Amino acid sequence: MEKTQNNKAWFLVLPVLVIVAFSAVIPLMTVVNYSLNDTFGNNEFFWAGMEWFEEMVTSDRLHEALGRQILFSAIILAIEVPLGIYIALNMPKKGFWASVSLVLMALPLLIPFNVVGTIWQIFGRVDIGLLGHYLAEFGIDYNYTNDPLDAWITVIVMDVWHWTSLVALLCYAGLQSIPQAYYQAARVDQASRWAVFRYIELPKMAGVLLIAVLLRFMDSFMIYTEPFVVTGGGPGNSTTFLSIDLVKMAIGQFDLGPAAAFSIMYFLVILLVSWVFYTVMTNLDKEEGK
Amino acid sequence: MRLRGSALVMTLYLLFLLIPIYWLVNMSFKTNTEITSTFTLFPHEFTLRNYAVILTDPSWYMGYVNSIIYVVMNTVISITVALPAAYAFSRYSFMGDKHLFFWLLTNRMAPPAVFALPFFQLYSSVGLFDTHIAVALAHCLFNVPLAVWILEGFMRGVPKEIDETAYIDGYSFGHFFIKIFMPLIASGIGVAAFFCFMFSWVELLLSRTLTSVNAKPIAATMTRTVSASGMDWGVLAAAGVLTIIPGALVIYFVRNYIAKGFALGRV
Repeated sequence: MEKTQNNKAWFLVLPVLVIVAFSAVIPLMTVVNYSLNDTFGNNEFFWAGMEWFEEMVTSDRLHEALGRQILFSAIILAIEVPLGIYIALNMPKKGFWASVSLVLMALPLLIPFNVVGTIWQIFGRVDIGLLGHYLAEFGIDYNYTNDPLDAWITVIVMDVWHWTSLVALLCYAGLQSIPQAYYQAARVDQASRWAVFRYIELPKMAGVLLIAVLLRFMDSFMIYTEPFVVTGGGPGNSTTFLSIDLVKMAIGQFDLGPAAAFSIMYFLVILLVSWVFYTVMTNLDKEEGK
Repeated sequence: MRLRGSALVMTLYLLFLLIPIYWLVNMSFKTNTEITSTFTLFPHEFTLRNYAVILTDPSWYMGYVNSIIYVVMNTVISITVALPAAYAFSRYSFMGDKHLFFWLLTNRMAPPAVFALPFFQLYSSVGLFDTHIAVALAHCLFNVPLAVWILEGFMRGVPKEIDETAYIDGYSFGHFFIKIFMPLIASGIGVAAFFCFMFSWVELLLSRTLTSVNAKPIAATMTRTVSASGMDWGVLAAAGVLTIIPGALVIYFVRNYIAKGFALGRV
């Protein structure tokens, strides 16, 4: 749509600007301030320059947490995106069952994060959980509180449980917008099921799919509450992701300087990746508009 | 044949989603002895004690009231400020609009963990610590950008000729916006409100950091029980079940808009 050039539109944006500035810019400036200073309490600050940044860039702890975080996000995306597409293709298109599936699938999305953690914590326990109990019954040695691999599997299955529906619902919405005529044309041409998916459904889903990947990337990269409730970052440090490590550092140990430097670099990484996604997405929008 | 395959896939997937929830519901109706000493697939000694504990103790049920208060406040604030801004983004081009839009989105991407401590200090210093409005404002950090994004998507779908016709007919901007424009994007507002509600309702890190007693959300009340000695599994499960209910109600009311909202509003 042609947009009118009008700088007065700034007045309409002003309320958003004020409220977001209050809740984002001021805290962010505080973080920047901390990252450049050292403090011994009493609100006394000493200039530390880039010291904290140097410390954090070379810190093994940060590298390990970052490595785990990247691995986690990669696994999550590799499972949830294909599974989400597959589920979306199999969802009933209309009628009673379509609403039922929609409501049931959206259910995990609206459960508070820590309740999601609690559900899986209980579900996986060997003594009182359904999953843990039956795994033990089948002779599988499963204990997410002691074994790092089991902890990882639990956290990943939990995230798949929690968020696959989001990907599926987005893809479903994309599929709904494909006109029936496309499918009829494909039938006339005797296109295979795979060809229909590859040349009709996938291109039409590309836009929403990108949004899904972007959202899942951002949220999995910031994940805190669910693994914290289930494993507390353990056993050892095996499920300590970036946010968990950050909160430990900032609120647990009150190491404000390093934590702030950490925060800023953390934010920049997310920003960079998201910017790439966003650019691709807006370009895609423009192409469609042509 | 293909239809039957789909039904099977969907059944398996829905079972995967529902079994953990069923287990929670199941536990909430059991006594603690039954939970810890025997393994039963459904409650043998059916009890409502766990729910009674929550519904009679103010420190429990006030958690729900607090959560609902700040979630509603947040939704109202987010939508109110996002409406004019989304209109501006969808109709006008102005200096720095693209940068501003991306900057807004980046706030949706900011890890709450980064903001937890500064928020705590900011709200303590202005005397808003442990109030509902503090949590509501803090959640604006990610909900306002989200609401702007969703509403902008919906508003772009409304032809501009409608605006122009209204102005020719002598409507003022405010009058036009409320009387004509808002009803046109009513479903968009509904979807945006749904998402604001959802993200504010499920968030724990910020709401726990910013409250201690008076505005403590239910999710935080639960964490305290988890760490308490002599784990009360039954009450914990019942509290969990009660947090699912508001979400389930909201989904039920907006079920027909969900798919549409995802597509048009681009989340």
